[in-house]
Amino acid sequence: MSLSVTLDNISLRKGYNLLISNLNLEVGSGDAISLTGQNGVGKTTLLRAIAGFFSPHAGKISASDAGGPIDPVRFRTELIHYLGHQDALSPTRTTEQELRFQAQYLNANENNYQFAVQYLNLSPLLDLETRLLSAGQKRRVSFARLLIAQRPVWLLDEPMSPLDADQRDVAARLMQDHLSDGGIIIAAVHDPLPFETRIVHLTRPDISAQEVALVD
Amino acid sequence: MSTKINAGPHAALSLLKRDLSLSLTRGGGPLLAVGFYLTLMAMIPLSLGSDSGTLSRVAPGLTWLCLALASLLSLERLFERDYEDGLFDILRLGPLPMEVIALLKCLAQWLGTGLMLAVLTPFVMIILGAPVDAAFISLIAAILGSLSFAIIGGIGASLSLGTRKGGVLIALLVLPFYVPPVIFGAGLMQAYLTGAPVVQALSLLTAYALFALALGPIAMGAALKSALN
Amino acid sequence: MITWLANPERFTRVFAPIRPYIGGLAAALFVWGLYLCFASPEDYQQGDTVRIMYLHVPAAWMAMMVYLIMGIASFFGLIFRHALADAAAKAAAPIGAVFTALALITGSLWGKPMWGTWWEWDGRMTSVLVLFLFYIGYIALHASIDDEVRAAKSTAILALVGLVNLPIIKFSVDWWNTLHQGTSVVRMDGPTIAPDMLWPLLVMALAFKALFVWLWLVRIDAEIITRRYRTLRARLSFQ
Repeated sequence: MSLSVTLDNISLRKGYNLLISNLNLEVGSGDAISLTGQNGVGKTTLLRAIAGFFSPHAGKISASDAGGPIDPVRFRTELIHYLGHQDALSPTRTTEQELRFQAQYLNANENNYQFAVQYLNLSPLLDLETRLLSAGQKRRVSFARLLIAQRPVWLLDEPMSPLDADQRDVAARLMQDHLSDGGIIIAAVHDPLPFETRIVHLTRPDISAQEVALVD
Repeated sequence: MSTKINAGPHAALSLLKRDLSLSLTRGGGPLLAVGFYLTLMAMIPLSLGSDSGTLSRVAPGLTWLCLALASLLSLERLFERDYEDGLFDILRLGPLPMEVIALLKCLAQWLGTGLMLAVLTPFVMIILGAPVDAAFISLIAAILGSLSFAIIGGIGASLSLGTRKGGVLIALLVLPFYVPPVIFGAGLMQAYLTGAPVVQALSLLTAYALFALALGPIAMGAALKSALN
Repeated sequence: MITWLANPERFTRVFAPIRPYIGGLAAALFVWGLYLCFASPEDYQQGDTVRIMYLHVPAAWMAMMVYLIMGIASFFGLIFRHALADAAAKAAAPIGAVFTALALITGSLWGKPMWGTWWEWDGRMTSVLVLFLFYIGYIALHASIDDEVRAAKSTAILALVGLVNLPIIKFSVDWWNTLHQGTSVVRMDGPTIAPDMLWPLLVMALAFKALFVWLWLVRIDAEIITRRYRTLRARLSFQ
């Protein structure tokens, strides 16, 4: 499969603030991108825009495969995983309840669920309410949905930050397997990922671009 | 292909189940709203006096007022928790459009609390002095009314998402929109008790519930999308 | 034309020079209108109290008109993502709220000599009261959301939901009115109105409209300037 994601001259705003201006990026199967830059520069905003949570103020985000361009709704609802700062776990539900819900909601099959639990060594956590988990454990549980529902594009927001060294190794292996299967990873990071990635460094648009954005 | 066709209803069912179980357990579940409803009921004779003539005259109207107020109570939790936990990030990557997600959440919340309040309504009315034979019609009316309250309330909850003013702001936004169902519901009971025909009030109440079902998801979908970008 | 003006910069350029004239027009209309109010004859039934009508009725008209304007601006802001439409809707809200409050207060003052009560729960007054609550909700929601773009969107949705609901609420209140009051209350502005009362009413209505347009333009401009300041200030923190 030859999936590619293209950012064509996009500009993103948060409120009326212009965060990203005229960004071009082409990502293909097997690519890993590290988004770097100061806090507040728009890494999370960019990931959420690629996820299709909102449309860019200018420019176009598109995806295509061998069969031609992919419908944006299909792209969002079938091909993307987004792991944000928050781990998307309800505190009063058990890990198992949450993972099984995710599996059903994302229309995954039972084998994947078992595989994910095994791969990430989650069985000791399954009957715990998620509010009892540590930050690192929660992140591991979040990683599970990458394996539960198989989707080629992973958008990861600081995926490694709460993990300890051992868990980082597991996560890195997981990501590298995904890349060698032809997947795509775009990750916002402060520390570089422990494998080869393309680095895209984001900076603030200069003030004249800001002025232009103000008037349209 | 067959899995794709099933994906929507399958996901909808799993979301409904999840939210229903959460609305029944989270934060005391329906207990809060039910307790509030009964407390308000107890306050009525304490503020108006226990004269049964007065009470039975105002019972239908005040019961509807209490029902509206009690319906407000669970709205703050409707989207806020999942918003804070980041769950919408998963929900939006699934097969359901935001409008359907919002509607399912409202329905789950209504099944968990609104319906309980509706079931209590005939008892509250009777305790306040309405005749027992009004129980059935008041139950039907309360079911329709609480459904309108839940969905119109969901609009308020989605608009005020993440404002940290929560409950008070929702109440301010939503209560003016509760005016029609309160009028139709209380009017329905009054018509029944005075022996007038109830068809008109009942159909107006039904119409408003359908109107809420049509308008609610569109408004909530738009509000949630703007809150979650 | 509308799209051309939707650019805030152009909008400021076009309207800033016109604005003082609109303000002047409003002042002149008020002078003329108030003169006519007091020059017009007393009502044979209501005496001098009829003069409250010259404030009350235009204020009530404005209460509805401004809400409608907010709804239209919200629609354009929501559908076409015009930043100026957002500013226009936001700017109109407090003005509309004040007109609505004025309609309620003058209505109440008029009610005392007419019906002997400060407040009569008739359909019209009750509907205007609900409209006032809509304005309050709109302003409160705008004030509660930190992100300006989100605030604009959420309030636009609220304004449109309100606009759709207003006729229903009006209907329900009228229905409630017939349920609770067999006889209809004296109507505030009967359809038959003497010409020498019509003139002051019309001039006052125009004065109110001019005042609104003037205040509105000032507030939109202030909104645009505030927004520019905030954005540039936030950008400077990254220098």
